[in-house]
Amino acid sequence: MTAIGFVLNGREVVATAPPRRRLAAVLRDEFGLTGTKIGCDAGDCGACTVLLDGAPVCACLTALGQVEGRAVATVEGLAASALAPLQRAFLRHGAAQCGICTPGMLMAAMALLARTPQPDEAAIADALGGVLCRCTGYRAIIAAVADAAATLPEEPPSGAAVGARVARRDGVEKVTGRERFGADALPAGPFLTLRAIRSPYPHARFTIGDLAPLFAAHPALVRVLTAADVPGSLCYGIYATGKDQPVLAEGQVRHRGEPVCALVGPAEALAAIAEAEVPITWDILPPVGFDDATATQPLHAHAPENILCRGRVRAGDPDAAPPAGAVRAGIAIETSFVEHAYIEPEAGYARRVGDRIEIVACTQTPYMDRDAIAGILGITPEQVRIVPTAVGGGFGGKLDLSVQPLIAVAAWLTGRPVRMVYSRSESMASTTKRHPARIRAEAVAGADGRLFSVRFHGDFNTGAYASWGPTVANRVPVHAAGPYAVPNVLCTSAAIHTTDPPAGAFRGFGVPQAAIAHEALMDALADRLGLDALEFRLRNALRPGSRTPTGQVLGADAALGACLEALRPRWRAWRDEAAAFNAARHRPVLRGVGIGCMWYGIGNTSLSNPSAMAIGLARTGRIVLFSGAVDIGQGSNTVLAQIAADALGAPLGQIDLVTGDTDRTRDAGKTSASRQTFVSGNAALRAALALRAEILRRANAGPAARIAFLPGALQVSDGGRTSTLALESLPADAEGMVLRGEGYFDPPTTPLDQDGQGIPYASFAFAAQIAEVAVDTALGTVTVRRIAAAHEVGRAINPTLVEGQIHGGIAQGLGLALMEEYVPGRTENLHDYLIPTIGDVPPIEVMLIEEADALGPFGAKGVGEPALVATAPAILNAIAAATGARITRVPATPERVLAAILAARDEGRA
Amino acid sequence: MDAWLRPTSLADALAALAAAPRVILAGGTDLYPSHGTSSLPGSILDISALPGLRRIETHADHWRIPCLATWSDVIGAELPASFDGLRAAARQIGGVQVQNAATVIGNVCNASPAADGIPNLLALDATVELASLAGTRHLALADFVLGNRRTARRPDELAVALRIPRPAGPARGVFEKLGARRYLVISITMVAAVAEYDAAGRVRRARIAVGACGPRAVRLPGLEAALEGRQPEADLVTPHLAPLAPIDDVRASAEYRLRATAELLRRALDALGTPRARAA
Ligand code: FES
Ligand code: FES
Repeated sequence: MTAIGFVLNGREVVATAPPRRRLAAVLRDEFGLTGTKIGCDAGDCGACTVLLDGAPVCACLTALGQVEGRAVATVEGLAASALAPLQRAFLRHGAAQCGICTPGMLMAAMALLARTPQPDEAAIADALGGVLCRCTGYRAIIAAVADAAATLPEEPPSGAAVGARVARRDGVEKVTGRERFGADALPAGPFLTLRAIRSPYPHARFTIGDLAPLFAAHPALVRVLTAADVPGSLCYGIYATGKDQPVLAEGQVRHRGEPVCALVGPAEALAAIAEAEVPITWDILPPVGFDDATATQPLHAHAPENILCRGRVRAGDPDAAPPAGAVRAGIAIETSFVEHAYIEPEAGYARRVGDRIEIVACTQTPYMDRDAIAGILGITPEQVRIVPTAVGGGFGGKLDLSVQPLIAVAAWLTGRPVRMVYSRSESMASTTKRHPARIRAEAVAGADGRLFSVRFHGDFNTGAYASWGPTVANRVPVHAAGPYAVPNVLCTSAAIHTTDPPAGAFRGFGVPQAAIAHEALMDALADRLGLDALEFRLRNALRPGSRTPTGQVLGADAALGACLEALRPRWRAWRDEAAAFNAARHRPVLRGVGIGCMWYGIGNTSLSNPSAMAIGLARTGRIVLFSGAVDIGQGSNTVLAQIAADALGAPLGQIDLVTGDTDRTRDAGKTSASRQTFVSGNAALRAALALRAEILRRANAGPAARIAFLPGALQVSDGGRTSTLALESLPADAEGMVLRGEGYFDPPTTPLDQDGQGIPYASFAFAAQIAEVAVDTALGTVTVRRIAAAHEVGRAINPTLVEGQIHGGIAQGLGLALMEEYVPGRTENLHDYLIPTIGDVPPIEVMLIEEADALGPFGAKGVGEPALVATAPAILNAIAAATGARITRVPATPERVLAAILAARDEGRA
Repeated sequence: MDAWLRPTSLADALAALAAAPRVILAGGTDLYPSHGTSSLPGSILDISALPGLRRIETHADHWRIPCLATWSDVIGAELPASFDGLRAAARQIGGVQVQNAATVIGNVCNASPAADGIPNLLALDATVELASLAGTRHLALADFVLGNRRTARRPDELAVALRIPRPAGPARGVFEKLGARRYLVISITMVAAVAEYDAAGRVRRARIAVGACGPRAVRLPGLEAALEGRQPEADLVTPHLAPLAPIDDVRASAEYRLRATAELLRRALDALGTPRARAA
């Protein structure tokens, strides 16, 4: 251990750590500067960017010994007194969503701005190209860096919060590095670390040998956990019928990366243990692949033929003979595993407090975690406290348990706090993915240009365990005919077990895969009918009064038509421009414009998914929203506060938030299915209205009264009469609240019958997007040049946040279309698994269509998943428009695109 | 505890290597990722404090890229058009963060088949200067990089510099890289070429190298010879691809690699054949 002196954010410091230690670890562990994030420890993500003598470097690749005598600047140094202009710009433009990439982005941008105060977009992209962001789609970041003199957005006056572009409530924490993510939260005092030993094989039986030599060689090792140590139920899962995933494998592993035992001890002791020292004997079994799973020995007793479940929607007569002059199109589509690739690997700690367990970790669903951990430990849910940290990106991936079961068992059994931080490769190998799909679909349209029938079947590789597989199987058939009025429909699905990693929840739950198929069919039918692809969709669009394939009649907010009409001018102009470009023969590059449409049911499919919210008034006159909804970067903390403020008639700045903690909030349900704005927004609205009613009752005032929130008192004015309500004298509850309002909302749905008939969702979102691509027809590379996105959002509570969701969804849709393909064992890092960089996401024009939802809070509905669904279809249709080549396997890698172009040439299509 | 040495003179560094084999650390951008999340194991020789080995030197008949010169140094250096390909590669190796830390020589010594630097340095006819207590030797780059992650460096040697000869006449380099995204992308395949021209704009000599199409980057001597005395033309490419031995991996199949490489070669030759290139 040497003493290494350097200058850290302008102060001379001395680190006493081995010189070989990574600077990122030293900054975090020795100096407590957790603003420097670790997303990969491999130079692939840039989250750890710091300035070394003014130049950006990856702190994860910098040896402590190399910074001796040099100057290191971290995000914590940016805002010594007030926010730096760039930090303000990030807040104004919504450039920080989850915020995990923000410190790296800020530091890389600071170095650029020091050199080039007014950089153009190319310079910004070059400077930030080494930092990955999974949330924002980068466009807001580019805007912020180009506008580094920005001021903070103004706080709206009382009653005008809804619709205002206010900065996110948790934004200052995110741009200063103060936000605490899973790996930033540490137990007070000493703690143990947990290291999982994972299967290197997709399918094997194993035995664990005598552990005595391991303990003898490593006396500091505290405990080795195996399946036998789990005190309650070994297996957990999302659905009551799908509790099939073991905390630790019991004699058999079903996917690569499955944990088989867990080492618990001090971090240094664990690091000294070589994997080979853990005595595991493997008996390798043949893997069960997607191709042959249904013909293989079942992996689970509950899934004969390895079929976890099926979904089905049938309407009209799908076998009816088509009318004379009808045209028909068919397609077969194959998609890949897609990794969430949030920049924050899963992390957290657990500690036992008497007969209770407390878990501080990143999660999208604290209340489901609470109940699951109770089952695993064999205790009651009340004995479990979940305290969510900030979430550095979720997208569905943090709806499943990750570190929680292991650290809970370890802390429960040892009585000591236990912490676990996934490495990037561990996160990628062991956590859920988007389901690979194999889809066959066929559609028929009459000579009048109206859809007559759609048939669709999708097989979804749900991997080793059930996870959210049933959700996908149920949601897909409802949506698979697309956002169109189709009288005759048969849409079916199956979720199939394999020895691949469990496929779970990922933004869209199978609908993005299905949309690739139905949008390819729409283009093919329009082409055969000689109709414009947009006008054909418009003619068939679901509209107010339309009946969906499940028999649901849509309300006035079914505004796909308005989305298409909004896009029409761009559609025509872009197509003309692409045609002119192609006519000018810039071979081998060809341009094309494509369109994609989508619809998406908000909330759970035909299942109750309530949210409860509480709002309190403190003696100080401050208002506290107790929200069990986790903000995973999408902005629910801000949106719910905006809704509550206007419902209450309070200034937004008056509202404080308590979020997530299951001891202090109500169950708001999971952050998933685009439901928090719609469902929890309604609960927050109702809670705020209840509090308002209580205030007005006490003031004996009418419903139109105005409330002024003063320190320690309320002033209620009703007409000419003003009364003052002193708060000091009122009795306060355990949380310090003197008045409370409670709100509850469960979207009204009905079960689906065996033909899938019923009301699966209380609200649908609609969208259409167009994309222009340039295809290099000699190499097969595709560049997306621009995207226009028209989204029907009911009401944009915060347009900046809505646009942020759309940008981020588009970036993920672009990745799905062009580059993302997770291959177990081959792409377990962020340089072999590619997500879009700042140079891959084109300019995006967002058009918000606000057609108030009858049930939504202030008319709002969800946008989180709808943002992603239409993008890949638009891009793939654009490739086809440019080249005549139809891509049927995504991602459309250069190799696949070139092969499709060559095949189309052979067939004379191009 | 394993040794950590950070010498401040070349003599000390060479003495340390003579005493025992050690892992050499410069920018760390390849070394750290190769060890997962753990710290570096073993005896480390951190050469980053060696004096006088950072600045790229211009000499009468050659340039010298010392072992601490980074990719950012290449981008910032005043170098002629023959370095255009190397400069283009420098801008595409990792992000700015990696370009600021990673050394050019490190890219060579790491000897990845997909190293973007190596084909460019082959096209520049670089030699490697290896120093040890026993003296200094110079190896042509093609003799230094032996295979996937294998070089001819002896354990007691330090690769102290790359030496790049000055071409006889006007020359220009190009680099064509194919990847599946804009930044931070490992090449599916890549082509580097440097042409020297005579007064009439014909190629006096060309060096063309391909990376990521075999265990190490290779030159295409047949194509180089075919170009001599001619205007570079894309049509010349097809018969000269025999030295390439690509494999199938997650990024692409061998077949696609070959086809794409031929296309990149045609583009490289097109670029070298433009009047702007000849004027350089
Ligand atoms: S953590 Fe350093 S680059 Fe990802
Ligand atoms: S805001 Fe960039 S990764 Fe979440």
